[in-house]
Amino acid sequence: MNKIFALAGVVIKELYRRKDFYVLFVLTALLTLAAAAMNFFHDEKIVRYVKDICLLLIWVSALLVAIVTTARQIPAEREARTIFPLLAKPVSRGQVIVGKFLGCWLATGVALAVFYFFFAIITGSREHIWPLAVYLQALWMQWAMLAIVIAMVLLGSIYFAAPSSTVTICFIAVAGILGLGTHLHVIALQQPEPMQTILTAVYFTMPHLEWYDLRDFVVYDMGLVSWPGFALATLYAAVWTGIFLLLAWLGFRRKNLTT
Amino acid sequence: MKFSPPLTLVALLALAFTLATGLASRADHWSRRDKSGNLFGMLFGDGRKLFANQFFTMADVYFHSGYYPSIFDRAGKESEIAEVSHGHTDSPDDEIKEDFLGKPLDWIDAFGRHFRITQHTHLEHHTEREILPWLRLAADLDPQKIETFTVGAFFLREHLNRPDQAETFLREGLRNNPDSCEILFELGRLYHESRHDLDRARNVWELGVRKFLALPLPQQKDDKLVLEELVVNLANLENEAGNYGQAINWYLAAQKLSPNPAALQEHIDQLRKKLAAQIPVAPGKLY
Repeated sequence: MNKIFALAGVVIKELYRRKDFYVLFVLTALLTLAAAAMNFFHDEKIVRYVKDICLLLIWVSALLVAIVTTARQIPAEREARTIFPLLAKPVSRGQVIVGKFLGCWLATGVALAVFYFFFAIITGSREHIWPLAVYLQALWMQWAMLAIVIAMVLLGSIYFAAPSSTVTICFIAVAGILGLGTHLHVIALQQPEPMQTILTAVYFTMPHLEWYDLRDFVVYDMGLVSWPGFALATLYAAVWTGIFLLLAWLGFRRKNLTT
Repeated sequence: MKFSPPLTLVALLALAFTLATGLASRADHWSRRDKSGNLFGMLFGDGRKLFANQFFTMADVYFHSGYYPSIFDRAGKESEIAEVSHGHTDSPDDEIKEDFLGKPLDWIDAFGRHFRITQHTHLEHHTEREILPWLRLAADLDPQKIETFTVGAFFLREHLNRPDQAETFLREGLRNNPDSCEILFELGRLYHESRHDLDRARNVWELGVRKFLALPLPQQKDDKLVLEELVVNLANLENEAGNYGQAINWYLAAQKLSPNPAALQEHIDQLRKKLAAQIPVAPGKLY
């Protein structure tokens, strides 16, 4: 377990040495503050559009941090040939996969915590209410979703040729699931065969990332999501993360690292 | 020939300056972006109108606190903020129709509803203010979208009790759409209902009727509802002002437009009775 945490620690250090997170955070902060500074009909109490914009930026930034950081982990180790001394420690390939995953996930969690802290400060200063439980639930669900995404990207980075292709394909997949996931069955039912069966199969077999988007609950002050639903969604995220990590390990175990 | 960088630079700057003085007046005609009067017009040109509809829809989404059909659930329904601004209130049947989610299709859909807003609610108690940013943006992006001004002014006046800002917003709409009967109708409502200024309301509504009659015939057919609203409100106003004869004339005009002329006939009969009861005072009795 120590080896896994050591690997994860290296990934976290890498995140705060690189500029990606800082750039995205400054951009999010600037855009949110600019939106908050706008005056609509001289009404100081209007706040939901600021929450909406800030959360959208947080979602985009967190996805960027998670996907870009994860996609380059194993290819970078291979390219720099540091993978060989790493595996000679001795560290098993499975531990490399889990360590890289844990590092990326924890690093993304730290980034998310900073983003949500900023969000809470901005909205609290305008609304004068602090629904911390709602924010924490939204943060946890987003982080759980990012666990699936990070594991998926790690799997992609084993099979795809370059980090750029991994990033592009994973972004399209995640955006597709978030945008169409809920509606895919409705769309499928409107299609002729065999498309109907294919889309229905995709709907039932894909990870439903859209469940983890609680932005509407935060923006429209709808309170907390039911705790049993919350717990089951967390379990679902853990299962999908496990599936992707297992597939990544199976691929990495047989991978020829010299080519 | 010896090449001198500073001289070449000066020569190029002089050439650029000379060309700019010649081209500036012509370039004015090449694009109308910078004359649009706002940032969006300058950035997007006419493409900004594409976003205006989206922002108007966002106002409707906010009005429903996120309970809103997607493009896959929606079938060409009018936005509810527009319906509310025309005085529509939801009946129990409407509430059932607006339950676009229906029963879950499968277990994934059922479980996913834990994480979606599934209650049909409307903003109330002054939280309606949350729709205003989207309406403001929609108005900036497409100043020719009349509905934005009428809906925004309605919520400012009726729900947020801010008739001054409603009037300013409507006047802005009127500057951009000087022939709009809808904006004149809403402005008349503002004078009538919020300011209780019958004369200004009458003037504005009568101008609205004149503007409507100046429209081409096909457009008149499409916008018949606004004429009906103008005429009925003018009739009510004249009735309120005690001008029963004029009120009868407007009700008679409204009968030709209304889907329910019998209801208006009752008003006309009552007014005729009131008119008959008005006994003129003989001048001789005064002295």
